[in-house]
Amino acid sequence: MIRIDALSLSIHGLPILRDVSLAIGKGQIFGLVGESGSGKSMTALALMQLLPHGAEVTGRAILDEIDLLTKSEADMCALRGNEIGMIFQEPMTALNPVQTIGDQVAETLLIHDAATRPEARRIARDRLDRVGLSHIGMDRFPHELSGGQRQRVCIAAAIALHPRLLIADEPTTALDVTTQAQILDLLKDLVAEEGMSLLLITHDLAVVSDMADHVAVMQNGEIVEQGPTAQVLGQQNHPYTRALFAASSHQPDRTRMAGRAPLLDVENVSRLYPGPRRGLTRGDPVRAVDGVSFQLHKGESLGLVGESGCGKSTLTRAILGLDPIQGGAIRLFGEPVTPSMRNDLRAGIQVVFQDPYGSFNPRWQVEKLVAEPFHLMAAPPPDRRDRVAEALQSVGLQPADMAKYPHEFSGGQRQRIAIARALITRPRILVLDEAVSALDVRVRAQILDLLADLQSRLHLSYLFISHDLTVIRAITDRVLVMQAGRIVEEGETETVFTAPAHSYTRTLLAAAPRLDIMGRATTNAAM
Amino acid sequence: MLRYLLNRLISLCLSLVAASLVIFLVIEVIPGDPAAFMLGLNATEANVAALREELGLGGTLPERYWAWVSGMLTGDFGTSYTYRVPVADLILDRLWVSLPLAGYALALSTAIAFPVGLIAASRRGTATDYGIMGGTQLGIAVPNFWFAMLLVLVFAVNLQWFSAGGFPGWADPMAAIKALTLPAIALALPQASILARVMRSALLDTLGQDYIRTARAKGLSRRQAVIRHALRNALIPVLTIIGLQFSFLLAGAIIIENVFFLPGLGRLIFQGITQRDLVVVESVTMLLVFAVILVTFLVDIAYAAADPRLRRK
Repeated sequence: MIRIDALSLSIHGLPILRDVSLAIGKGQIFGLVGESGSGKSMTALALMQLLPHGAEVTGRAILDEIDLLTKSEADMCALRGNEIGMIFQEPMTALNPVQTIGDQVAETLLIHDAATRPEARRIARDRLDRVGLSHIGMDRFPHELSGGQRQRVCIAAAIALHPRLLIADEPTTALDVTTQAQILDLLKDLVAEEGMSLLLITHDLAVVSDMADHVAVMQNGEIVEQGPTAQVLGQQNHPYTRALFAASSHQPDRTRMAGRAPLLDVENVSRLYPGPRRGLTRGDPVRAVDGVSFQLHKGESLGLVGESGCGKSTLTRAILGLDPIQGGAIRLFGEPVTPSMRNDLRAGIQVVFQDPYGSFNPRWQVEKLVAEPFHLMAAPPPDRRDRVAEALQSVGLQPADMAKYPHEFSGGQRQRIAIARALITRPRILVLDEAVSALDVRVRAQILDLLADLQSRLHLSYLFISHDLTVIRAITDRVLVMQAGRIVEEGETETVFTAPAHSYTRTLLAAAPRLDIMGRATTNAAM
Repeated sequence: MLRYLLNRLISLCLSLVAASLVIFLVIEVIPGDPAAFMLGLNATEANVAALREELGLGGTLPERYWAWVSGMLTGDFGTSYTYRVPVADLILDRLWVSLPLAGYALALSTAIAFPVGLIAASRRGTATDYGIMGGTQLGIAVPNFWFAMLLVLVFAVNLQWFSAGGFPGWADPMAAIKALTLPAIALALPQASILARVMRSALLDTLGQDYIRTARAKGLSRRQAVIRHALRNALIPVLTIIGLQFSFLLAGAIIIENVFFLPGLGRLIFQGITQRDLVVVESVTMLLVFAVILVTFLVDIAYAAADPRLRRK
């Protein structure tokens, strides 16, 4: 139904895509996988003719005998939303915040003169019902909806005119696993019902293996391998496909060495936020963390999983002594943790955050960035430069990197710098807050190896916070499952994953997409 | 929405009380004896005592504050010492010049800034954009009294389309509007330049947002996406600047009022200060503060109308 022939793209002379060819049949789900920067999204935007300035395209993109690449902007406006719908990664920002959701869905119809205003509203209601929002009023604004609901609104707007092709660009990457599973199910149903084709762009092999009929693997602007999903992921003929596959289910080599001495003791901790304002008074406080207790032992790797909003980050902030707690006690090396705790106590627990781009001052050199935690010490060590060099080496960077600025590094290298910064005070505990979530699978595998290696060399204890079950399973000894501010399940990681006791844990595990492609299922089971 | 309004209203009242206290303290308490201050160094004891009597400075501070505030609430602003007429009448006369002038200038500046900002943003990086940016830079840099004199020279002296100054009153509305036109243009130029730049950058911000991409994917043309989605989202920073500009135009037109011999509030307060007429200064200052707070309140309401996310708070 749609065929791309030898599509090449360069932006301001820089080649982005080379000879991309693929064909998507009617009612087919076509998965396009690859790491960030491989050209997946650009392929889609080229189809839509929504490329950034300075883009030059060659090749053909045929939709029912029509070459989209030769169409004028006015013709494309008539095609977009009508023949081809598209949804994007960030449902939180993909909708206009000052327009009701009903208007935004109806707009697709109105802009193409497909309906009168009352009719458009009626159809919009119908489409919203179809995507599972029958309980949500048309006059609601995006900020009143959750991320999953917003993505449903985007889908409703994209399918309002029954397009023949829906392009979904990382549609569930920003969503929790349970929400992701629901959105993917919805997309699957829509494809079956509407007979439309779906171009599913994702970095996640597991999502593709669950969803797609056909899959194409992209690397550096080229499709390196494509074919029926079972065949491509089952045989893995191309070394890059193999590398991606191996990295997706990578298990770092680590031995368990947890001691019995608790370094961090969290006892019945509660963290309350003031309730909503009601005139001059306030409503009941919100219990973001509710009676949480656990211990982190020397050399142990403890996982904390839960979906967004479950209280993971709030708990983390309390443990780091950034926020006061309203109940219970946190003791670090036997001393109480409070926002006013001593700096040398803080030096013993360091943190690595998710975003390797946002967590550095772009105007500082690496030496200064890595040496920053020294201010926690009474007197900075005299061998400051040596210590920075040592920390950089321990995370696989060169001492010469000291003189560089953050923008000179890739995402994975920046995360190494963040780890070096955390290690500089020689802490005993490292808090890893979604530390590998923003990284591509191959880089993620390398960072996980690095963390495992550092743990065995430096006898570190990890508190590993993530929404990603695969990562938690790969790197932790014990795991805590958090839901709505409470720990609902706690136990040995393997036990929790193979025999979950709590219903919520079971829901989470069931929702997580798995890489089970014929016989390859053993890869997963061996983990 | 109702709660938001009520909230803003309470904050408006509190601001007014705080402002009146500060003004009262600065004018009536800090100089020591206002009567002695107003009469200057050569005043006799008897004159000072008489003025004290006239100004009602006999009571305690709370009594005097209350008398002043309750007077204003009932429309009694006291009597001007130099003009010997009720200050309320003086203010009302001047307000009939200053308020329309400020409104006129703001309307002009908005009418210029919106399309100019829109064009610059939608043609970003082109010669048009650079031209507009250069022009607005000039508009901000040029002192408005110099520009006002230039306007007088061209349109009043040479072309004789407008009179060079003065205000004929509102008996003939057309003549009044004509008299306010050159001053309004002189006031509007720098304001429009600032507003156009704010509009441009606010629009560029919103044009880079994900929901614009969504709109384009739905089939909206670039132009439709700007008008239907970007414009309203760009309004918040623009409204902030418009609010600030109106407050400034109301009181800050003093130089322009002098260039065009307009009997406005700016000149009244200036004369009040030079003649040490504290009654006038105090009341006009309070009035201006009231105007600023009121405009802030209106801008807050406009925010809520523009952005549903603010209504809940």
